[in-house]
Amino acid sequence: MTKKQNSFTSNLYIFIVMAFMYLPILVMIIYSFNDSKSRGAWAGFTTKWYADLLQNESILTALWNTLIVAVISSVVATLLGTAAAVGIQAMKKRNRELIMNFTYLPVMSPEIVMGVSLMLLFVMFGVDFSLFTVIVAHITFNVPYVILSVLPKLRQMDKYLFEAAMDLGCTPLQAFMKVMLPEIMPGIISGFLIAFTFSLDDFNISYFVSGERAQTLPVLIYSMTRKRVSPEINALSAIIFVVVLTVLIITNLNDVRKEKQLQKGGRRG
Amino acid sequence: MDNNMFRRLTALFCTILLLAASGSAAFADSFEFDRDNLPYTDDWDAYSYDEEYYSQLAGQGASINFYNWGEYISDGSDDLVDVIAEFEALTDIKVYYTNFATNEELYAKLKSGAASYDVIVPSDYMVARMIKEEMLAPLDYSNIPNVRYMNPAFMDPNYDPGSVYSLPYAWNTVGIIYNTSMVDEEPDSWSVLWDEQYAGQILMFNNSRDAFGVTLKYLGYSLNTEDPAQMREAAELLKEQKPLVQAYVMDQIFDKMENNEAAIATYYSGDALLIDNDNIAIAIPKEGTNKFVDACCIPAVAKNKLGAEMFINFLNEPPIAAQNTEYVGYGTANLAAYCLLDEEVRNDPILYPPQEILDNSEMYINLSDEANLMLDQLWTEVKASNKNILTWGILPVMTIAAIVIGKRQYRKNREKRHKYMIED
Repeated sequence: MTKKQNSFTSNLYIFIVMAFMYLPILVMIIYSFNDSKSRGAWAGFTTKWYADLLQNESILTALWNTLIVAVISSVVATLLGTAAAVGIQAMKKRNRELIMNFTYLPVMSPEIVMGVSLMLLFVMFGVDFSLFTVIVAHITFNVPYVILSVLPKLRQMDKYLFEAAMDLGCTPLQAFMKVMLPEIMPGIISGFLIAFTFSLDDFNISYFVSGERAQTLPVLIYSMTRKRVSPEINALSAIIFVVVLTVLIITNLNDVRKEKQLQKGGRRG
Repeated sequence: MDNNMFRRLTALFCTILLLAASGSAAFADSFEFDRDNLPYTDDWDAYSYDEEYYSQLAGQGASINFYNWGEYISDGSDDLVDVIAEFEALTDIKVYYTNFATNEELYAKLKSGAASYDVIVPSDYMVARMIKEEMLAPLDYSNIPNVRYMNPAFMDPNYDPGSVYSLPYAWNTVGIIYNTSMVDEEPDSWSVLWDEQYAGQILMFNNSRDAFGVTLKYLGYSLNTEDPAQMREAAELLKEQKPLVQAYVMDQIFDKMENNEAAIATYYSGDALLIDNDNIAIAIPKEGTNKFVDACCIPAVAKNKLGAEMFINFLNEPPIAAQNTEYVGYGTANLAAYCLLDEEVRNDPILYPPQEILDNSEMYINLSDEANLMLDQLWTEVKASNKNILTWGILPVMTIAAIVIGKRQYRKNREKRHKYMIED
């Protein structure tokens, strides 16, 4: 009986946690179909915000900017970060610790400090603010996250694997591509995803380094607060949520299928 | 009388006329014309674009950077014109449009040198500050012919004498927003914000300038006062009001008023008109209020001044200005555009309040640094006075949490010890 009770409380606990995380999103999606600008009162079902969204050039431009910045900055940060991690791993202990402290610094310091200092830097060197400066800034704050997620994988890896591959005739490049890369791939992918999400919803830094021509979505939404945030933003957020959810479900289903195939193959063999 | 003498006399006469005009053309005299006898036509088709003027920069790949408040220009929704798209099609000038949320943000962005804009829309007091700091370029009115449509009452304002640097974009007032099902009679004075009858049902501005402005007006002082005694008196009154206030908010008032969560609130009246609740009404108190103007300006660092002036001119094409004011929800200072509006809108006592109220109302001017500092300090005092639920609510919650965690830990340890004992 105690067991039953236990499973009931743990289910309840999971339910509460899930509700806490997903209820706001659910409410947002429901209100994206609300036939009024109100965020409180329900005035009937409509899809007009979705239609308006497709017409609203400033939101679409901001969305496009945000996606460009997120993709470019996370890809570049992943390349730089992975290379850095491999290099750091190969360092002597003292140097490694020194570099790692520098890596932690941007992660630990408040974003606003990063934002202001990057802005001052760009002003000092006379760089014109544009999407380019935003991308550079995002790469800067993304690299440490990639390093931090790749390093543990490198540490877990058997360091003799790389040497063994070379002994068996691989060039260093081949050894890296064929042996090391597959081993640390999960770390790289999670680093990339972290970088991508951080870049997608960054406000503080983008706010300081975006120029007069390009603003990202978070900066645009923030500027709507004197009037009221337009329900088109609810519609957009709902679309983004559904897209992300679908991608996640598809990858998960794929994984499950692969695992099943592996199990089947194993049994046959 | 010889010719020379005549000329001199005429000059003198003109000067006197000009002086008299500039004296009376202060903002307080807005709408000094017969509302039933409109000076311009109400025919939308009477206007057409001057193609030659607007094609000056065509085919050169010209562009302008326009920095405006969020959701503050008609974007083609609700069957209104998409102002920027229309301008781009007409002039072949690309408009890069970005937004800000506060005047201070705009100021900081411009001051840091981080961006160069061609057209910006600061509010009155910020215009004055920017003029003082030489951040604006004088407008060349020979490139803005539509200035002829402006309401003379809005020209030569105290924040920009002679309208050298700015042309009004929209104007509005601060009002009392109330729920008719909760408030019996129409409030006609700011005193309703101190009425104990509405304890816990009042929403107050969450920014120092507006909160003090309302209080100073209630006390009968100027909302631009720099007299420490008056400012302190207002702070005391705000502290007195604090127990009655449900929350200090800005744009959350939309949701709270819509859902009947509060009875009375202070906000910008034009925005309050958009509240989706039939019980909501707006009143502008007899003591007068704050009226504010957001004005188009060109920063001194602008790269395409002619393009910027063409854009400002385009914003003042009467049909464009009329549709834009409908989208924005504030009043327009463009008289010809005003004449195009529906009669119902033209006579709206909230958007275009009667003369007596406007006469009592004031615009913000840029306060001195000392006064600003004192305002901030007093506001912090007001916000910090009294205990609020958070500060003394947190202690019991944390105590309970500590007890629960401690108890669990204790039990776990005991079980562990127990287990070891058995194993031993």
